Amino acid sequence: MDLEYPRFAWCGDGCLFVEFGDGIDLTINSMVRALGRDIHSLAPGWLVETVPTYRSLAIYIDPWESPREEVEELARSICQSLEPGPVRAGPVLEIPVCYGGEFGPDMKRVSEHTGLSPEDVIAIHSGSCYHVFMMGFTPGFPYLGGMDRRLETPRLPNPRTVIPEGSVGIAGKQTGIYPITSPGGWNLVGRTPLRLFDQEREAPFLLEAGMNIVFVPISAETFETILSERGSTGL
Amino acid sequence: MTVEVLSPGMNTTVQDLGRYRFRAYGMPVAGALDRYSLMAGNLVAGNGPGAAALEITFSGPEVRFGSDRLVCITGGDLAPRLNGDPFPCWEGGFVRKGDVLSFSGPCSRGIRAWLCISGGVNTQPVMGSRSTYLRGGLGGMEGRRLRAGDILSLGLPDPLWARGEGFSVPGELRTVHSADPVIRVLPGPQEGAFTSAGLDVFYGSSFRVGAESDRMGCRLEGPAISHCGSPDIVSDAVPEGSIQVPGNGLPIIMLSDSQTTGGYTKIACAVNADLHLLAQLAPGDTLSFRKCGIREAAEASAKLKQGLARIRVLLADHRSRSKGNIQFLHQDSGSMKIRFCGKSYDVRWEREK
Repeated sequence: MDLEYPRFAWCGDGCLFVEFGDGIDLTINSMVRALGRDIHSLAPGWLVETVPTYRSLAIYIDPWESPREEVEELARSICQSLEPGPVRAGPVLEIPVCYGGEFGPDMKRVSEHTGLSPEDVIAIHSGSCYHVFMMGFTPGFPYLGGMDRRLETPRLPNPRTVIPEGSVGIAGKQTGIYPITSPGGWNLVGRTPLRLFDQEREAPFLLEAGMNIVFVPISAETFETILSERGSTGL
Repeated sequence: MTVEVLSPGMNTTVQDLGRYRFRAYGMPVAGALDRYSLMAGNLVAGNGPGAAALEITFSGPEVRFGSDRLVCITGGDLAPRLNGDPFPCWEGGFVRKGDVLSFSGPCSRGIRAWLCISGGVNTQPVMGSRSTYLRGGLGGMEGRRLRAGDILSLGLPDPLWARGEGFSVPGELRTVHSADPVIRVLPGPQEGAFTSAGLDVFYGSSFRVGAESDRMGCRLEGPAISHCGSPDIVSDAVPEGSIQVPGNGLPIIMLSDSQTTGGYTKIACAVNADLHLLAQLAPGDTLSFRKCGIREAAEASAKLKQGLARIRVLLADHRSRSKGNIQFLHQDSGSMKIRFCGKSYDVRWEREK
């Protein structure tokens, strides 16, 4: 590991960043989550919450109460013996996606840009396992890693003002799912009937950092079936 | 036990101290932009410090009370009026059933105020908080700004709630609105991504609050701050108060509704104790930055914490001497709920004939 890391940097008086690197990397990301897990298992009284990102853990404390020295000391001492967890050890979740048609209005654009047939786009997109590196941007949005480079397609020149909840998109090297209806410029290739975020659910979020997901192609009929069952199961 | 919204004001929302524990899933904290004012107002109104209140921006609402209550309006002075007569700020004021509270608008002493009501605003909590997160459409009143015709339910006030009547928070314990404030900041994690000329611009210039500023962020206009290299970083957490500088060189200070992660370099982060200054700035107002040390930041936070403790002490003294609570006993009959040893009682009284 780089000697420069881990790096400890305060951001204001209420947040300590512990950085494990400077790039998007599975081993670095597993260190981030390992530190988060260890801190939460100790449950120090000053801890508000932690936010894992690609390469850093943000440790939020109460700026009115917390002894900063103690926070940094604890983080440093955990880091001394921190082992990266096994890479991609998290659970694998299957996300059903209905590709193309009304759910994937940009399938043609992706197909034309990549030179792949829509069938190939679907096969490649659903043939990879994606790692949830972090969550952010909007409630429940996963930053996914692992998209096949053949699918790279630039963002839309004119972003849409409304993208329906559950839409699956491609932007540059990234793929992702819109958890709530929002504006955005990603190429939409399909939609999942699962709710990534539901404030009424006991566990409001379907995904969390460290999980892995695969997309499973489904028909429009199956989409409607899952959607109609969703009301009764809460998913 | 309700408050009826006769007119909503420009941007009135239900806010408490915020929604925690879900930032790791991308959920912004939301909550009052000035937590000290919220807590102080709640204490005076006889509530716990984190009860939900109405955050009022610029033009205030007009509300009618459905029951007797104590209210305390903190933050900036938006010229409150009760049944048309001037009503004090930072003071416990008794309102009767049917009374109408309104606001004449800002008089250059801040643009945001918190209306704290004994019992607290009792909307359904979402994920542990009543704070409204407007972009996500959740929390508070159906996840939106108040509208005319809304009926807000109030919680059950604590016993002796009315005893805060007439208590005025001393001037030195109020947050003071300042035109052209100097915001104290600590260096950010990417200070090294800026040129020394860029840092000189940041610390040496006056910035103007842009028209697109909102609860999410304070967008500043002024001289551009230059980066050494890329203005973008691998997406990282963005704490409240952190100051991101995108490629255009213009800083954005992240506020309560800010997204949880962002990909721009953070040049600095406002100290927690100065966030209330940002809550009072209108588009066109100016501010500047001063670098301080962690000790000064800690002292500033300790001062706010001591301020609240001092308000509690003064209030306890006022309440022990106050006769305010029996004001409504002057009526020939009445009723109230009291909580005692964890149980709730309905108490009714009638004057002897």
